[in-house]
Amino acid sequence: MRECEIVVVGGGPAGLTAAREAGVHGAEVLVLDRNDRAGGQLVKQTHRFFGSRAQRAGVRGIDIADVLLESALDCQRVDISLNSDVMGFYPDGAVAYEKEGTWNKIHPKCLIVTTGAAEKFIAFPGCDLPGVYGAGAVQTLMNVHGVRPGKKVLMVGAGNIGLIVSYQLMQAGVDVLAIIEALPEVGGYTVHASKVRRMGVPILTGHTVTCAHGEDHVQGATVVQLDESWNPIEGTESDVECDAICLAVGLSPLIDLLWQAGCSMGFVPELGGYVPMCDENMRTSAPGVYVAGDARGIEEASAAMMEGSLAGLGSAHALDYVSEEDYSRRHAEISSELQTLRSGPTARHILDGFGKLQQVSPRTQRLTEGSEDTC
Amino acid sequence: MLKKDGIPAEEDVAIITPSDERRAAGPVAWVECFEKIPCDPCHDACPAGAIAEFSDINDLPSVEHDECTGCGLCVSACPGLAIFVIDETYSEEKALIRLPHEFSPVPEPGDEVPLLNRAGEEVGTGEVDRVQKPAAFDRTAVVWVIIPQELVRDVRAIGKVGGRP
Amino acid sequence: MSDIRIGDHPILDFVTGREVEFSFEGQKLTGYEGEPIAAALHAAGIKILRYSNELRRPRGFFCAIGNCSECMMRVDGQSNVRTCIEPLREGMRVQRQDGKGDLSAGM
Repeated sequence: MRECEIVVVGGGPAGLTAAREAGVHGAEVLVLDRNDRAGGQLVKQTHRFFGSRAQRAGVRGIDIADVLLESALDCQRVDISLNSDVMGFYPDGAVAYEKEGTWNKIHPKCLIVTTGAAEKFIAFPGCDLPGVYGAGAVQTLMNVHGVRPGKKVLMVGAGNIGLIVSYQLMQAGVDVLAIIEALPEVGGYTVHASKVRRMGVPILTGHTVTCAHGEDHVQGATVVQLDESWNPIEGTESDVECDAICLAVGLSPLIDLLWQAGCSMGFVPELGGYVPMCDENMRTSAPGVYVAGDARGIEEASAAMMEGSLAGLGSAHALDYVSEEDYSRRHAEISSELQTLRSGPTARHILDGFGKLQQVSPRTQRLTEGSEDTC
Repeated sequence: MLKKDGIPAEEDVAIITPSDERRAAGPVAWVECFEKIPCDPCHDACPAGAIAEFSDINDLPSVEHDECTGCGLCVSACPGLAIFVIDETYSEEKALIRLPHEFSPVPEPGDEVPLLNRAGEEVGTGEVDRVQKPAAFDRTAVVWVIIPQELVRDVRAIGKVGGRP
Repeated sequence: MSDIRIGDHPILDFVTGREVEFSFEGQKLTGYEGEPIAAALHAAGIKILRYSNELRRPRGFFCAIGNCSECMMRVDGQSNVRTCIEPLREGMRVQRQDGKGDLSAGM
């Protein structure tokens, strides 16, 4: 079995910055990514990013992916293996991955889990019809494969993803009939809402979809207004003719490997679901296991990049590649940037989430002694 | 209402509107940024230093309209596509607005385009004066449109040539 | 097909592999080599990829990145292939799965 100093699972913004940070200090890093190109969700983001210059503000997500990959691979001892699907983390600390039909095992000293997140789903009659897609799916189809998901789309969810994907749909020449959001206010940045609203797309807060119609694929949907108690208001139903319904209803951290590693996890809705408990080095309760990015809690790419750097720094430091002085200085630098990013009103729920995580009872799942949980 | 549908209230727009004197002096930037989000590239984009350095990245941009030369470099730099440069001295009846445009096809000079307000309602038609799409603007076209003077507070987007997008 | 495939895009340039022929339920279709099978099918107007296990309800893809298993089809005799991430190759035989895939066949 192959040995390695640091294995990073997931080559998105968090993983690539982790690899870069550890690599710059001289550690050996192998990034494993299941896709045929690195960059995670960045490769589908055609819009310009926010944040500061250090976080590549103004640069399109698709280009940031290239920049991050190049800067990681610039480090002599950093390597990336694509089409490498990590399947498990064993009690002896081995990581198993499938690559092009072969089964591989590698034993890292430190494991950095940057697996990102998966789409949430809402259920309603007809929700399983072909034509109901996750927002990420719509982005993948249009921006990676150049295929329109449909001609007339109903967007469900006005968080950043729902608003951004609506704009991208319009750029792809697709008609966005409306963006509906159950909450009383738009959840994403208002500039994203303004961009689509001024092109004529209605944004209806306090609305939800009650069913999708169609014989064997989506042909329409029924939308209804909600009262303050989330109950549908009778008489406000309206039918929308559409051939695709895009669900942008939130993300859940992809944390299977962390459960397998026996990490202490806490359920925090503000962070997207179950998330690992970790310290200021992004180290979880499992020895040598670190986490960063959406797997640690649903947030933004800028935060993912900084958390990745912290995890890379922490693991390199644990492996004696970073002097105490350098570690303190660099740690303070990244933490301060991250704190500034999170100091605005749009990140309040993140800080609330971290607070809650300190208070919830931790749960773990141990493979060897029998599961404590059924998940 | 901004948080309900992305449309700012008149009071919000009033705060960022340049003074009458400045508007009468030539092209000037209207920075329609109303929400505190972590974002500051507009400061770096402005060669005249009219957008102050951010002490807190979440702050709204602090714009000194008297320093603004109306060069328009901020229009394509803003990730929110929230900046517009308006020249109300174009003529007696007409003003010239420069707005960001990221749809295909990009209009051509001379095209008649529908003028859309912040609610996407068609409020008139305008003539495309020129289109800038240099490599430096990284695929954000800046379209210069001649519009009626009375619509300077309203027009913030254009529809497709000959119809809606 | 031109209605579904994006031609002119304001930000992106799409680079595709060469056009190849494949079969879907015995029908000859074309797609681009290397694109996901589900994308090629979608571009050809095919939305139903399989029928569900118990109630035989029509299903299409959902997540398009290999997480959810909605897109599983039988490809060259092999069952449970996640067509949203499996690259299209010339001459592939793609079939819908009706219920759970048969793992014994095609091995």
